[in-house]
Amino acid sequence: MSGMSREEVESLIQEVLEVYPDKARKDRKKHLTANDPSLPNAKKCITSNKKSQPGLMTIRGCAYAGSRGVVWGPIKDMIHISHGPVGCGQYSRGGRRNYYIGTTGVNTFVTMNFTSDFQEKDIVFGGDKKLSTIIDEIETLFPLNRGISIQSECPIGLIGDDIEAVSKKKTVEINKLITPVRCEGFRGVSQSLGHHIANDVIRDWVLSKRDNDNSFPTTPYDVAIIGDYNIGGDAWSSRILLEEMGLRVVAQWSGDGTISEMELTPKVKLNLVHCYRSMNYISRHMEEKYGIPWMEYNFFGPTKTIESLREIAKQFDETIQAKCEEVIAKYNPEWQSIVAKYRPRLEGKRVMLYIGGLRPRHVIGAYEDLGMEVVGTGYEFAHNDDYDRTIKEMGESTLIYDDVTGYEFEEFVKRIKPDLIGSGIKEKFIFQKMGIPFRQMHSWDYSGPYHGFDGFAIFARDMDMTLNNPCWAKLQAPWKKSEAAVEKVAASA
Amino acid sequence: MPSVMIGKNAQGQLTFYVPKKDLEDVIISIEHDSPDCWGGKLVLGEGDAYYIEPLPAPPSLPITLRAKRAGEED
Repeated sequence: MSGMSREEVESLIQEVLEVYPDKARKDRKKHLTANDPSLPNAKKCITSNKKSQPGLMTIRGCAYAGSRGVVWGPIKDMIHISHGPVGCGQYSRGGRRNYYIGTTGVNTFVTMNFTSDFQEKDIVFGGDKKLSTIIDEIETLFPLNRGISIQSECPIGLIGDDIEAVSKKKTVEINKLITPVRCEGFRGVSQSLGHHIANDVIRDWVLSKRDNDNSFPTTPYDVAIIGDYNIGGDAWSSRILLEEMGLRVVAQWSGDGTISEMELTPKVKLNLVHCYRSMNYISRHMEEKYGIPWMEYNFFGPTKTIESLREIAKQFDETIQAKCEEVIAKYNPEWQSIVAKYRPRLEGKRVMLYIGGLRPRHVIGAYEDLGMEVVGTGYEFAHNDDYDRTIKEMGESTLIYDDVTGYEFEEFVKRIKPDLIGSGIKEKFIFQKMGIPFRQMHSWDYSGPYHGFDGFAIFARDMDMTLNNPCWAKLQAPWKKSEAAVEKVAASA
Repeated sequence: MPSVMIGKNAQGQLTFYVPKKDLEDVIISIEHDSPDCWGGKLVLGEGDAYYIEPLPAPPSLPITLRAKRAGEED
């Protein structure tokens, strides 16, 4: 419970919306709600995946961010050209901290920025020629690349360049995979459509590559990790658990992943989907075309990890199930000691989240393991099905906000007064200046991994480090401190 | 006529997914479900009804099909 009743939360929403003009208020009202876990689905209580109101400060990204930044970007042995003006590629470069193994600039290219650096003349005369030149240059300078993806930025769609034709021509010339991705930023309402477009390109250009090639030796225990972007090493701390269980992880999509792994994914027996939002499309496609079942799992916090491990093991035979129990038993003392250490320091603290993808619901379990409570959550770009899954995870009458605006978020925080906020970099400094501890939950604030048992140790430490940092008591100037505080200091002297 | 994906969940129930609307639901009744005819009117857990052209045999699931909204009268 957030300590607020349903009426209080509803009146808070009402109050915050007061400043908007009628039309905007009516629209925004649909995106804010007090949670009711008993509802069968979220359609009745919250609207999502709708265009942001002009003039309101949204925290969303664009389709290019969803494709280049999220889905394609982490594929390490491909070169991703940010086709268009230089800024999109440069400002998004390396920010997501998708870790990978390899020698950057030789056989892996994730943190590099390749761009066609559009100038006025390219807008006027078209950039297709420039694109073919770039592909040739890439082939000369980085011969160990395993393929090239062309990630369109807004102008490409506006001027109508034919990047598909260039891709086809160059694929024949250099005999490597070249994929055109039509992820112009203006498409859709948020980065979510970028994920979808990227998934569709993978479906059309990548997945069927090895359909008639059975040279890859398979085992009955092959799985693929789908939708884990290896932020701060997340996929690695997930992968070791699966491997200890006796499963063979064939592919990682797409953190620390290679294009060859992705081509081999149709050979696996089960797809494990972590980020449902960005990769459900391809999982559903593989289920239909190749008959590969998929399941969602959650590796945040020991309770959810154990639950998910058992759920995964259930899909396989007894040997895996037995090994799964061994793994759980093995890590038991490790996480128990973490809980014993940090729970007393964090017990009862209240958290507000506003993130994207899977985290607004997935990390709730990890906070609960530490005795903390999530009193408000929201997604930047979720769809209806994400909220279906969220309302069951959240407590009664907790606040849920979709595509929250800068103003609304600040007002909610002022009223709910959480002890910790988890959101993105754009929100971080505002809330820190308001005196509220903050964790940047998109890329784990330069920390991580947070997945699995190993990740939980780091998660707990980070939360403690932030919440119990002595700096929060020093925000008020000494001469403005209340009498009581001064007396207390005098008494202790 | 939205494109819908019909599948089976872990409990063995038929599921109905409309990608465009992010609608996921279980199918509680299906009009024709015999070896020589499959499809017809589908009623979802939510209460909505859709109609798919009957197929000559039960398909292998999941499958993407075209569905219409079934009117109140039929």
